[in-house]
Amino acid sequence: MKIQLVYFGRPREQLKISGETAEIPESLTTLAELLAWLRTRGEAWACELADNRVRCAINQEFSGLASRIGDRDEVAIFSPISGG
Amino acid sequence: MSISIQESDFDVAAEMAALRHSSAKIGALVSFVGLVRDFSNEGRIENIFLEHYSGMTEKALGKIIGEAAARWNLLGSRVIHRIGPLQPNEQIVLVATAAAHRREAFASCEFIIDYLKTAAPFWKREQTDRGGTWLETRDSDLQRMDHWARGE
Repeated sequence: MKIQLVYFGRPREQLKISGETAEIPESLTTLAELLAWLRTRGEAWACELADNRVRCAINQEFSGLASRIGDRDEVAIFSPISGG
Repeated sequence: MSISIQESDFDVAAEMAALRHSSAKIGALVSFVGLVRDFSNEGRIENIFLEHYSGMTEKALGKIIGEAAARWNLLGSRVIHRIGPLQPNEQIVLVATAAAHRREAFASCEFIIDYLKTAAPFWKREQTDRGGTWLETRDSDLQRMDHWARGE
């Protein structure tokens, strides 16, 4: 399954990545599973993408960790928002 | 309803005049302008940096203004949010609302800025003399949204 990943806020800065196209295992069905998979990339990823530190959006809608991901989805991973 | 995300500064007087001239039914205009402070819990702020999620931001703000229009009889609105590097005392955000009467204009303006704080994808990084920090959604802002959700 292929998804588009985009990063904002603290993880974008700390992981030095703004976006990527990722080929992910078909077994990953939820945001929580995707985050767990990304955390295996290394210590910085494990730290920055802890469940309680990040928020997510799927196809530009805020989405909880139990939300399902699908092929070609745009998944955004970011620190809690702070505008205004 | 008009939304702009931009690096450049804005002229509040010009924006209010444009909103005022959009309809002769308007009896009340309210504006909120958010500014960069020069202090935080971390120390003296040297500058801030704002980024956003292009595409989602416009959708989220459109939804927020749509909800305001469903609650109050809005005759017009204007939202401008700046991105990029900003210095203390600079303008960050403008929310302006127009209605026939002041109660609707005040309430809708406050609703839009409260909602923006918790539902529009912006990220603010503060640079102080002690280093940089990404700010996170404040509990007090989330509580403001609870207050609106209860219909107060």
